[in-house]
Amino acid sequence: MSTATLAPVWRDSKRYLWLFGAAIMLVPILGGLLYEATGWAVWWWLGPLFVYGVIPVADWLVGTDTNNPPDELVPTLERDRYYRFAVYLAVLTEYIAVVWGAWTVAHGNLAWYNLVGLTITIGMVTGVSINTAHELGHKTDKLERWLAKFALGPVAYGHFFVEHNRGHHVRVATPEDPASSRFGESFYAFLPRTMIGSLKSAWELERKRLARQNRSVWSIRNENLQAWAITVVFFGALTAWLGWIVLPFLLIQAFYGASLLEVVNYLEHYGLKRQKRADGSYERCRPEHSWNSNHVVTNVFLYHLQRHSDHHANPTRSYQALRHFEEAPQLPSGYASMVVLAYLPPLWFKIMNPKVVAHYRGDMRLANIQPSLRDAVLARYSRSAAAG
Amino acid sequence: MPFKKWRCVICDYVYDEELGAPNDGIPPGTRWADVPDTWTCPDCGASKADFEMVEID
Repeated sequence: MSTATLAPVWRDSKRYLWLFGAAIMLVPILGGLLYEATGWAVWWWLGPLFVYGVIPVADWLVGTDTNNPPDELVPTLERDRYYRFAVYLAVLTEYIAVVWGAWTVAHGNLAWYNLVGLTITIGMVTGVSINTAHELGHKTDKLERWLAKFALGPVAYGHFFVEHNRGHHVRVATPEDPASSRFGESFYAFLPRTMIGSLKSAWELERKRLARQNRSVWSIRNENLQAWAITVVFFGALTAWLGWIVLPFLLIQAFYGASLLEVVNYLEHYGLKRQKRADGSYERCRPEHSWNSNHVVTNVFLYHLQRHSDHHANPTRSYQALRHFEEAPQLPSGYASMVVLAYLPPLWFKIMNPKVVAHYRGDMRLANIQPSLRDAVLARYSRSAAAG
Repeated sequence: MPFKKWRCVICDYVYDEELGAPNDGIPPGTRWADVPDTWTCPDCGASKADFEMVEID
């Protein structure tokens, strides 16, 4: 029997689900409406309830999907403009949510604990928007690259645009990358290291690039300055319109949003390391250098970010075409659940450390280890490897 | 014809025709036009087709 004639034409089962990426930005407004209807303060906390509660449970209920587009359909899939517009829409809804949030802070007469909830909820929106910027910033199209900078405006993280492509992608899964976490490093140790290290690296990358063109780092062509300028203008305009009260709101939500990106960075490459070649250069980034997950719900909200191995191997490949690899290391659950685990280091180490050890079959010389723990880790696992 | 250099617009990696990319099996002296279309940027994985490599010399 010929299976070719019976094989159904491949269809993207997530095609219309991708619009959820733009819709999730409006969760804070949904919370505000529910508060109006019920008077329950809990609705101001809808953002964290959604990210830390609803999505992990939905991931668990809906499960995984290892479906890949057939290679011959990938070029058509990549050219389909629908997928790009679905992402552009998410930048628009992000701005709607932040402007609405700022207005509500100024004019909503909220109790302080409701203001805290709203601030965190808006921080979730701008944090998830770094993922929107990520999808846009990998493209060579001028409009998309500018939209990426705009998506980073409300979260004040414009340097991500520079650092992610030219810093993180080059140094991923090496001890030199501030955004690749190390075996034994807690999220709370990682957070300042990645925030400061990424900022310094982005500045240095632009300084060098502009120096090659005989320009000062203080040039208008500095892409960090371009992206930060959007933040300054946006925050400035909201402050001028709504008063000083919105400035602490904007700054706190931005920090929270950035920390959400960084906790996702934390789990994407935990403990994984590219090996050095004889000439001292690192081997290419391969599927085994990123943690993956096929949990459908998080994948839909994060544009397949969890198919992270294919993303690092093919960084300009559009989200709808990213593939699952059998040989790539898999996280026990979706990013949304793993984020909660990352906030609780003892639990994180308990679950993830054995996974890293198993990945390297006990040979921890191959892992990216927190330098202060390196000797202890090697001593411990060389014993168990010898015994086993 | 002098050797030329090409820069990856995504990550700034420089392909120097004089040096080639021996780790990827591309011997020194390989002209840009002779680099296979399946070759990808060794630093960031961008494909030759996806990227404009900018001529810098």
